[in-house]
Amino acid sequence: MSTLDAALDGASVVVCCGSGGVGKTTTAAVIGIELARRGHRVVVVTIDPARRLADALGLPDGIGAEPQRIDLDAPGELWAMMLDTAVMFDRVVRANAADEEQADRIVQNRFFRNMVGALSGTQEYMASEALHQLHGDDRFDVVVVDTPPSRHALDFLEAPGVLARFLDHKVFRLLMLPTRRGLKVLNTAAQPILRAIGRVVGSDVLADAVAFFQAFTGMEAGFRERAASVMALLISPQTRYVLVAAPRHDTVAEAVWFADQLRARGIGVSAAVVNRAHPRFGSGTAAEAVERAAAEDDPRIAALWANLAELRTIAERERQAVAPLHDRLGRAPMVDVPLLAGDVHDRGGLAEIGTHLFKKARSVPTPGRR
Amino acid sequence: MPTLIAANVVVVAGKGGVGKTTVTAVLARAAADAGRRVLAVELDGKPLLADLLPGIEVRSITPTDALDEYLREHGFTRVAKRLATTGVIDVISTAAPGIDDIVVLGKIKQLERSGQWDLIVVDGPAAGHAITFLTSAQGMLDSVRGGPVFAQAKDVMELLTDPERCQIVLVTLPEATPVNEVIETMATLVDRVGVRLGPVVVNEVDARTDVPDPTAMKLGRGADANALRAAAVFRRARRAMQDDEIARLEQAITMPHVDLVSLPVAGLDADHIRTLAASLARAAGTP
Repeated sequence: MSTLDAALDGASVVVCCGSGGVGKTTTAAVIGIELARRGHRVVVVTIDPARRLADALGLPDGIGAEPQRIDLDAPGELWAMMLDTAVMFDRVVRANAADEEQADRIVQNRFFRNMVGALSGTQEYMASEALHQLHGDDRFDVVVVDTPPSRHALDFLEAPGVLARFLDHKVFRLLMLPTRRGLKVLNTAAQPILRAIGRVVGSDVLADAVAFFQAFTGMEAGFRERAASVMALLISPQTRYVLVAAPRHDTVAEAVWFADQLRARGIGVSAAVVNRAHPRFGSGTAAEAVERAAAEDDPRIAALWANLAELRTIAERERQAVAPLHDRLGRAPMVDVPLLAGDVHDRGGLAEIGTHLFKKARSVPTPGRR
Repeated sequence: MPTLIAANVVVVAGKGGVGKTTVTAVLARAAADAGRRVLAVELDGKPLLADLLPGIEVRSITPTDALDEYLREHGFTRVAKRLATTGVIDVISTAAPGIDDIVVLGKIKQLERSGQWDLIVVDGPAAGHAITFLTSAQGMLDSVRGGPVFAQAKDVMELLTDPERCQIVLVTLPEATPVNEVIETMATLVDRVGVRLGPVVVNEVDARTDVPDPTAMKLGRGADANALRAAAVFRRARRAMQDDEIARLEQAITMPHVDLVSLPVAGLDADHIRTLAASLARAAGTP
């Protein structure tokens, strides 16, 4: 039976990626618990966690934007935080601004606030930024990140460059005119394209955009440097990628695609987790169970064989669906977490998943689950 | 045959992984099989929907194309050309958040008004974007006073809030977290947009085949007996959990829910969609 044990040895960053709804956040939490059990000081960064996960971790008030220590009977420490894009973006601007005044001007700008909420890739960018900050935080040895449920899983890798690219936009050059004393904002009325944009979206909106680009002047280089150092962290050997999928063709296809993209960047996948796989009952095949159902005289026992046949059919088809991901992994382990009879809503549920991901995840007491 | 959804446009919404695309395809297929002229619309550029719906027209609408078309149709042809080359769309949609959603919904409104189709089924945007997608027009009306975008947002709001023209179908799974999410989403949409919610679709509901309680049966020992017992116990526990969640959903919602059965497969194809559409039409009527 493969487990994630070896895949996480020596990791300082663990990135969980996969399509939406496949159980990334829960997987990240279980990995965090295991690493704390091994004696590490771990912080788990989640994106929009389900209420039940916060409950399961023992945080009834939800997971906050600052790392919070989770009560855990383990040699290490477990912390959790939720990514707050706005808070994180403010922090990044303040870290890069020449002075307080420039930072304020940017942070208060309406265009900036829109950008924080709307620019595609912002959340991914801030996730990578959070990773960078927490990696440099002395309180933690390992950062576990749950990536945003982005349609393009790759956005996370591309994220650090998002803002730099945005600032490189030709519109920036359209709006700004170099003068002897630096850059000057163009008179919008002088540019037919800007006039037209103003007519479409409103001239006050355009004025905000111009003010933003103006306030940002001089910060591009800092952003580019930072993007480069985040990127270096993302491709470092201490950063491990765990692909999370459900045993369906669509999520497997996305995981395979992501594995290929990682490889194209010289990064290997450390492990894959397939959540919600139907368990295997007995060693026989679905076809055998179908035959037994047909041959059985007692209708109630025949019904049980028919049920077994159906569950085995699903399990067999799931195994076929997962095969392309398995082929892509090389020697990296692939771990199945079976579909549980109930929902994960407490420490016991997390511990149960832990028993599938790791050899001996017994850190969390599991008193009388169900 | 009863009518499941009486509106020109149905927007299918729900969190990632609950099966929005499946439900979109099933609704489109069921309506087409009932003789209605159907258009299916997808918004994220994935070719999945077309594969699931052979013989039914499927269109892809992206914000970039919709904005470009919108500008061209409103006398901004030269701007549209420049936008394509400079990529200013990013900046525009940042300057005026929601404009991309509004032009997409505006395009859907235009298709609806053309009268070419009896039903337009939209595979809504993924993940948490569904609420933003549907509330953006109201947001725009609140913040912009005039101009072509204002007019567009008004048209979109008229479409969204007219129950004869548009309904939202929320999708969930019979499990705790998706059920919680659908209940929350529902409250938000009704309060903030004033949309009419159609039936909630519960996807992947266990088919009600007979699985007797093995603990009450004499199965003996051995590997076969153990497998039979374990499989039946598992199946019955899953069903009990699903029943609890569906009961909880019924308590929380005022509209009916329709269930799509779970098929023993690892991903659906066009034939599975036909099967589900036929059983939907039998159980609940056609869209």
